[in-house]
Amino acid sequence: MSEQGETATLTARLLERAAPKRADFEDLVIVPVFAVVVALILGGVAMLATNVDLETIGRSYVALAYGSIGSINALSETITAATPLILAGLGVALGFRAGLFNIGAEGQILMGGMAAVVVGFSFTGLPMLVHLPLALLAGIVAGALYAAIAGWIRAATGAHEVILTIMLNMISYRLVDYMLRMPAIQRPGRSDPISSSVLPTAELPRLLEWLGPNLRLHSGVFLMLAAVLFVYWLLFRSTIGFEFRASGESPEAARFAGMRSGLIIVLVMALGGAFAGLAGANQVLGVLGRASSGFSAGIGFDALAVALLGRSHPFGVVIAGLLFGALEAGGRQMQVDAGVSIDLIGIIQSLIILFIAAPLVVRALFPWGFRKGAPASKE
Amino acid sequence: MAIETVQANRKLDTQAGRQSRIAAVLLVGLSALTAMVFAQVGDGDAVFRLSRASDAIVLPDLAVPAMEFNYIAAGVLAFLGVRLWIRGGSGRISLSLGFGLLLAVAAFLVWATVGKAFSLTGMLQATVVRAVPIALGALAGVLSERVAVTNIAIEGMLLAGAFTGALAGSLLGGWGGIAAAVLVGGLFGLLLAALVVTYRVDQIIAGVVINLFVLGVTSYVSSQVFQEYRFLNNAPVFRVISIPLLSDIPVIGPVLFQQNIFVYGALIMVAVATYYLFYTRSGLRARAVGEHPRAADTLGIDVYRIRYINVTIAGMVAGFGGAWLTLGLVGRFDENMTGGRGFIALAAMIFGRWHPVGALMAALIFGFADSLQQKLALLQTPIPAEFLAMAPYLATIVVVAGLIGVARAPAADGKPYIKE
Amino acid sequence: MEIELRGITKRFGEVVANSDVNLTIRAGEVLGLLGENGAGKSTLMNVLSGLYRPDGGEILIDGKPVQFRGPGDAIRAGIGMVHQHFMLVPVFTVAENVVLGVEPTGPVDFLDLKKARAQVREINETYGLEVDPDEYIENLPVGVQQRVEIIKVLFRSANAIIFDEPTAVLTPQEVTEFFAIVKSLRSAGKAIVFITHKLHEILEVADRISVLREGRIVGEGVPGKTTDLELAEMMVGRPVSFKVDKTPFSPGPVLLDVQHLTVLRENDAVAVNDLTLNVRAGEIVGIAGVQGNGQSELVEALAGVRRVAGGSVMFQGKDITGASARDRHRLGMAHIPEDRQRTGIIAAFTVAENMVLDTYYDSRFSRGLAMDWQAVNQNSAAAAAAFDVRTPSIFEKAGHLSGGNQQKLVVARELNRDTKLLIASQPTRGLDVGSIEYIHKRIVDAREEGDGILIVSSELDEIMSLCDRILVMFKGRIVAEFGAAGRPANKNDIGLAMAGVAA
Repeated sequence: MSEQGETATLTARLLERAAPKRADFEDLVIVPVFAVVVALILGGVAMLATNVDLETIGRSYVALAYGSIGSINALSETITAATPLILAGLGVALGFRAGLFNIGAEGQILMGGMAAVVVGFSFTGLPMLVHLPLALLAGIVAGALYAAIAGWIRAATGAHEVILTIMLNMISYRLVDYMLRMPAIQRPGRSDPISSSVLPTAELPRLLEWLGPNLRLHSGVFLMLAAVLFVYWLLFRSTIGFEFRASGESPEAARFAGMRSGLIIVLVMALGGAFAGLAGANQVLGVLGRASSGFSAGIGFDALAVALLGRSHPFGVVIAGLLFGALEAGGRQMQVDAGVSIDLIGIIQSLIILFIAAPLVVRALFPWGFRKGAPASKE
Repeated sequence: MAIETVQANRKLDTQAGRQSRIAAVLLVGLSALTAMVFAQVGDGDAVFRLSRASDAIVLPDLAVPAMEFNYIAAGVLAFLGVRLWIRGGSGRISLSLGFGLLLAVAAFLVWATVGKAFSLTGMLQATVVRAVPIALGALAGVLSERVAVTNIAIEGMLLAGAFTGALAGSLLGGWGGIAAAVLVGGLFGLLLAALVVTYRVDQIIAGVVINLFVLGVTSYVSSQVFQEYRFLNNAPVFRVISIPLLSDIPVIGPVLFQQNIFVYGALIMVAVATYYLFYTRSGLRARAVGEHPRAADTLGIDVYRIRYINVTIAGMVAGFGGAWLTLGLVGRFDENMTGGRGFIALAAMIFGRWHPVGALMAALIFGFADSLQQKLALLQTPIPAEFLAMAPYLATIVVVAGLIGVARAPAADGKPYIKE
Repeated sequence: MEIELRGITKRFGEVVANSDVNLTIRAGEVLGLLGENGAGKSTLMNVLSGLYRPDGGEILIDGKPVQFRGPGDAIRAGIGMVHQHFMLVPVFTVAENVVLGVEPTGPVDFLDLKKARAQVREINETYGLEVDPDEYIENLPVGVQQRVEIIKVLFRSANAIIFDEPTAVLTPQEVTEFFAIVKSLRSAGKAIVFITHKLHEILEVADRISVLREGRIVGEGVPGKTTDLELAEMMVGRPVSFKVDKTPFSPGPVLLDVQHLTVLRENDAVAVNDLTLNVRAGEIVGIAGVQGNGQSELVEALAGVRRVAGGSVMFQGKDITGASARDRHRLGMAHIPEDRQRTGIIAAFTVAENMVLDTYYDSRFSRGLAMDWQAVNQNSAAAAAAFDVRTPSIFEKAGHLSGGNQQKLVVARELNRDTKLLIASQPTRGLDVGSIEYIHKRIVDAREEGDGILIVSSELDEIMSLCDRILVMFKGRIVAEFGAAGRPANKNDIGLAMAGVAA
């Protein structure tokens, strides 16, 4: 009896969770904040180095802030830019969690976008309730299938997914260029690679047109939110997510535990591709209205950064995506107001990731921001 | 005794057996393609020009009867495939597959050229030129992966080299441009080493970050500065130096000895790197660090220092390779002008089995695919240009998918080394 | 030459690996350093060989204090170490491995391999060690690899040689040969440190014995005067019994029937060659053998994580030759893999997650695709308590547990359900005595419940004390059977069989 009681207390004690450590807080909050601040400062240094005077630098950062969060329009632009980043970022993050480095989001966006466009202009006379989901689904499936190619080759032969997905990106650019010149797809009367326009029944409805005709925020944002919740559930509340995370942390241990590694790889890639494809569909159905050469505009690569920055956690991806969306929207304003090239944003973004990925660098630069003693990332 | 007999009669399910069956299917497929597509050309010759009229020694043109050649090629391919299927793992898989692919490419060329004439020497010359950045990038990959640092940042290093080559070349002239490109490439190598060795950043993430950073900086400067001050982006281009006598050899002369400094530089670097890695004390130590860093450490070899040095040198090599794009080709920098060559270089490194000479050979194959696509556009084949442009990438996928298991990466590749 | 360690202290984060250790090593003498796994022996010797820097204390050579900034300094001071896990580059030749770090060179940094080969041959002749300098390490058996390690040390003209658990991978006969080499090195005037947790070995070869426990020197002894029981008590800190209690052998029906099994390595080399064995309910079958004779591949094939190239495997009369690991698991097979760090647990996962690593899909822990974390946590806490897994909470990362507790976690996961057959590979490798005793007890409990058990271990003592039947594996085949129907188990005969000598 007493022994049973002892076991019960022991069991109860084992179920107690430790309080979050200060190190976790430092890693999750302080490091990212420092990363953003330092990246902005170094962006200023880059401007100084390229002969931009101090006043303009000041003006450009004001424009950056104003253009990203300074008005309803700015917020609309920020969220519109963030939506595809978050969607594709979720796909990349899924891959990271499963130990796969899916650099192919760019190609998957292109494939998904193309499929959505083709469905979007091909079926006339469908009601919106059928047409729009169909176009979105086409994007999802195309992205998933395209990514699954890399997953399948990886699983079957062990070829590294980084090289495979990069090559598939390269191929997708050419494929899109080719498709955009096909008579069935090319906009009638045009000689440049551009597709016919998506029919209104397949467009993602705008949300704020009643406020102003220039507000581009569209209902894709709801798709994005649903995707975030779905990925959270998938990763942390489902058996599939358990398998993904297990093979990500230790593929061998997962295999020994009876998980089918090949299947997991294909599944992870396909799911990641599905989200990237949805991001592509979101762009063509919600923002662009048609496809043109290179319409992915680097979203796939920014998604990589967003996933890294968001620590491959769905909620982190949302925050990182909003940050990058804000930089994007603000950067455009900056170019207009201060005449500073929007490419500066690229520098700032890469620096942010650098500092996030290398917390030890941040700790070395700002020792006073952290508790003394052993660094958190000792493994 | 009885057991021995059972053993001999039983067919084991071996890895090599599975691989050879896959290769056999591939070969038979190629054979079918050759017979059913490439051989359907009717009568006619494919004419390959080997010399220019101005050459010292002029070779006659090579006229290949197209249909006959391709039917024979299809037959040989089928034979290779069937032989591989029957003999299983005992055949030399990669040799058969390599020869088969070569044959299929030749058949394709004959098909595309039939009834027309085509300068083979010119294409081979272009092959070498186009192989340069890939070979140098792959060499950079070899140097860093041999000390177990995965180098995804080749793309960024090439781009940095191209940019610096253009900028410094415009200000200081060609040689100054090369020197600066090598220096900046080395700096990025040093940065990669610092990130992965000292700060233990994940190697792939570090590489991606460097790529993004270089892309950001070069794009920003070129749109912010070069637009306005065009003289900063107007570098001299190195001219072709013909090596006396050697350049007069037919075919080989124009291909290897009528090139610019970058081609010669790449060939020399491959030779030096081979000597360094496999015939010197430092090379032995470097390879030990890549294979078993802890063993090297216990013998008093400074693992971190060797990784720093090799990755920095790798960056310098890639910087030189990047300068080719501006100083060796067009003289000006354009945004993202490397266009993924760094990643192809990575594939070439794997294809070349982490060996400098292998990497060069692989780069030549990619260069061939690249120049083939350019020349074929002139021949007006029914294949759309976009599909031809995909060829190098498809080839890369086939290569990395088909060769894995055959090639062996340095054992510690991609893993950080932590002393305590 | 005399080396003195004074007050050496070494910490890793908050863990104190060595605390105020004093030790003297003299020329022409074998010092036995005894201690169980995790006592801090290897750490201490890594400090002496310059790999780690001590947090306190000093090292004196011939009375003069020295500072080692790295292994290079220790090597120059004449200290050489033969590590437990050999520090050899598998794709290099013997000669390349031997000269690495002190290479003979020509102009332009040219590596003079010809000279290196000659130098290796020279040492071979001087000490009577026979190794082909041009052979690649990966092609050599472990016993020869160890000789390469010794040549490496001698090549650097070391005066003091440290052997860290040198006999772990050797057959009893190879151990005898190895002791002969140690004795010849001693008579050549070398100072030798012999680290082990095996009592009889240390009594056989050492001149003096120091016992290390929890990072401290807790006693000294001299062979002939100190008994093995006294040493054992010093080592563990309490009286130990090496006996395993179990009921008399009464096997049930055949559970696992393996016929003509052939398994290949990645490079298509034959690892398991036409092997036939069976395991019955209620018996513990042990597979003895020197590492690398196909045991790992056999276990992986039986567990369903390695492809079977030929032959058949039946479990309870059902053909499972091609069955997946999951299917085997469902049928009631449990598997304790040999490398717990790599394949047994996931270090970054919590104890709870590890506890359901191969049962998460079960209806107890999930409904459809949705995990039932509450059930997982409840069950994991109960299992952790029942199997003595010492952890602050089940939400602790498994990587933070000690080796013994990680292994107990694996045992808990595998046995805490309805099993019929347990396959355990090196179940106690590298563990402390307490954990070993506990795991042995659990394995015997499973036998008492009627499970069949197949144990693979390179520790002959473990096999002999636990098993009802002992099979000896050599070059992929079963070459001898002891116990039960076969000959009675006898260490010498088993040793001979392990070395491939037909008996």
